[in-house]
Amino acid sequence: MGDHAEMMGDIRAEVTVVGGGMAGLTLALALASAGLKVCVIERADPARWADQAFDGRVSAISAGSRRVFETLGLWRAMAVEAAPILDIRVTDDDQPFFLHFDHGELGLGPLGHIVENRVIRAALLGAVDRSPSLALIAPRGVAGIERDGREAAVILDDRRAVTAPLVVGADGRASAVRDGAGINQTEWRYDQAAIVTTVTHQRPHEGAAWERFLTPGPFAILPMTDDDAGRHRSSIVWTEQSDLVPALLDLGAADFNGALGERFGDHLGAVSAIGPRWSYPLGLSLAESYIADRLALIGDAAHAIHPIAGQGLNLGIRDAAALAEIVVDAARLGLDFGMKTVLEDYQRWRRFDIVALAATTDLLNRLFSNAFGPLRLIRGLGLAAVNRFGPARRLFMREAMGLSGDLPRLVRGEAL
Amino acid sequence: MPASSDHDPGAGEDTGDGAGAPSVDAAEIAGFEALAAQWWDPDGPFRPLHRFNPARVAFIRDRACAHYGRAPQTHIPLDGLTMLDIGTGGGLVAEPMARLGAEVTGIDPSAKNIGTADLHAKAMGLDITYRTATAERLAREGKTFDIVLALEVVEHVADLGAFLGAGAHLVRPGGIFIVATLNRTARAYALAIIGAEYVLGWLPRGTHDWNKFVTPAELRAGLEASGLRVTTVSGIVFNPLTASWRVGTDTGVNYITVAEKTP
Repeated sequence: MGDHAEMMGDIRAEVTVVGGGMAGLTLALALASAGLKVCVIERADPARWADQAFDGRVSAISAGSRRVFETLGLWRAMAVEAAPILDIRVTDDDQPFFLHFDHGELGLGPLGHIVENRVIRAALLGAVDRSPSLALIAPRGVAGIERDGREAAVILDDRRAVTAPLVVGADGRASAVRDGAGINQTEWRYDQAAIVTTVTHQRPHEGAAWERFLTPGPFAILPMTDDDAGRHRSSIVWTEQSDLVPALLDLGAADFNGALGERFGDHLGAVSAIGPRWSYPLGLSLAESYIADRLALIGDAAHAIHPIAGQGLNLGIRDAAALAEIVVDAARLGLDFGMKTVLEDYQRWRRFDIVALAATTDLLNRLFSNAFGPLRLIRGLGLAAVNRFGPARRLFMREAMGLSGDLPRLVRGEAL
Repeated sequence: MPASSDHDPGAGEDTGDGAGAPSVDAAEIAGFEALAAQWWDPDGPFRPLHRFNPARVAFIRDRACAHYGRAPQTHIPLDGLTMLDIGTGGGLVAEPMARLGAEVTGIDPSAKNIGTADLHAKAMGLDITYRTATAERLAREGKTFDIVLALEVVEHVADLGAFLGAGAHLVRPGGIFIVATLNRTARAYALAIIGAEYVLGWLPRGTHDWNKFVTPAELRAGLEASGLRVTTVSGIVFNPLTASWRVGTDTGVNYITVAEKTP
């Protein structure tokens, strides 16, 4: 891991990544695996990443993302703390119809894994420490970015500059790299927020994930590993109308558990929340372009979608795998990979996937966050139809597993 | 199909040295000079050529590596090999080849092209020798190279036989000569001239003269008459879905040929 004291002067790299989050570090490690010299600049202090308080969330790792991590040698460190999703049950409030995805039907292993973000971050950070061609400069802010026909210079807030033919904005939903480049985004705000917390329950979840479409929005139950005390745990993503969320967050433990139990159901016995409660406003934002001269955007900087399908991080990992492949292949041809004519391949590759998924999750959310009777009947029948029709069910599963479409080599399990 | 024509009129004499120009077409050179400054603008008139470039650069890298027993996926696979790029234009192929380790000389009869290419290579920190010169002139100087390239050049020269003879002369014994051009087919006329120049506007009108396009058989005959042995003829084909190019078997429009000189 690079460090402030040792590097006093300006730094030259082949790719500069602004933002050391999960997508940014995955990209950096993929590029470094092919021998490119990469510099990552992260605002937060990595020493805090292991704290529950820094990020208490979990991520759903699709089979495709897991392959990327495996190929980069990162999965081993995550696997011990990853809970496999063996089946997904989708229910619609109290409609009798029920959609069941069982991993056994595809024979491709678990449908995905639930991993705590702190575990993913620790695995990435460990690999960064071991990578000879990757420097992480953190905690360090970015004062500005200057791009010309030759290179992109990232000016740090200590006045040093990191120059490279390409800068990547992996700096999240409020991306300063994106805004600084004058790339607009299309944004929708849902009048919804998600409450995220960890719960314990009496009985083991047996690897089942639940997506309950309740009237205020989806309520997801994601299976986690047991904690050190052997308690069975799940993570919940509880969508509510925005104005009701502050009151819910302020409830005392007993009242909160009561409200939780009504939505969670009693299939796993008594349920109680442990650990901090988080809330996130829900929205959908898509950058109008993922590239500019000497600049590319990945992850939430390019697109932040509704978490209904649990695909946010997976899209970011897929971005990282696609961009790394385009850049490494161009570098091996001696091409100037910061040129827009090279980066266009990345944009073309990713944009279709992302717009399609954003539209689907938006539609699902609108369809299901609605108490209108006929609509509920239609969607209930839709679930039942998908459930009865094997090919459709398998298609949904492959899509959710991140195994459909034109896959980057890393997603196929091939090294760059 | 667009794209050819980066490397413009490559053959013939220096325009400046008054020595006569058997294979250079002066009117064509003037047209290219007007574009010289825009070579590297990704949104400029050479944009289609930047999209075309990866396919032919990959072909050259892979054929050169196969010929010289190098591993193409390594850091500088062409390390130490000397390469001549005839009709180098703005240096769109010379620069990647230099990054792959080749010692590149780029020549072009247009001083403006050479000026643009040289300025750009220096800005990118690349060591490339650029000269305003023709293949004939270099051949007279007795220079030879491990790899000689003439990409999108032969369809612009006035005397194909004289040009190929000079090019073959510049290949050292055991070396290779790689020639890319447009086939003289109805499809090439439709795509390269009507499509790329008139409909899509990818290339300036008048970039190509269909009558000067060269068939693979004519190219093979010319290379063999110059004492070379043709080892590979491949097509470079356009995929409209991805708007990108790849090497394939269809030589009906753009194609690329490798010829060897006996050691």
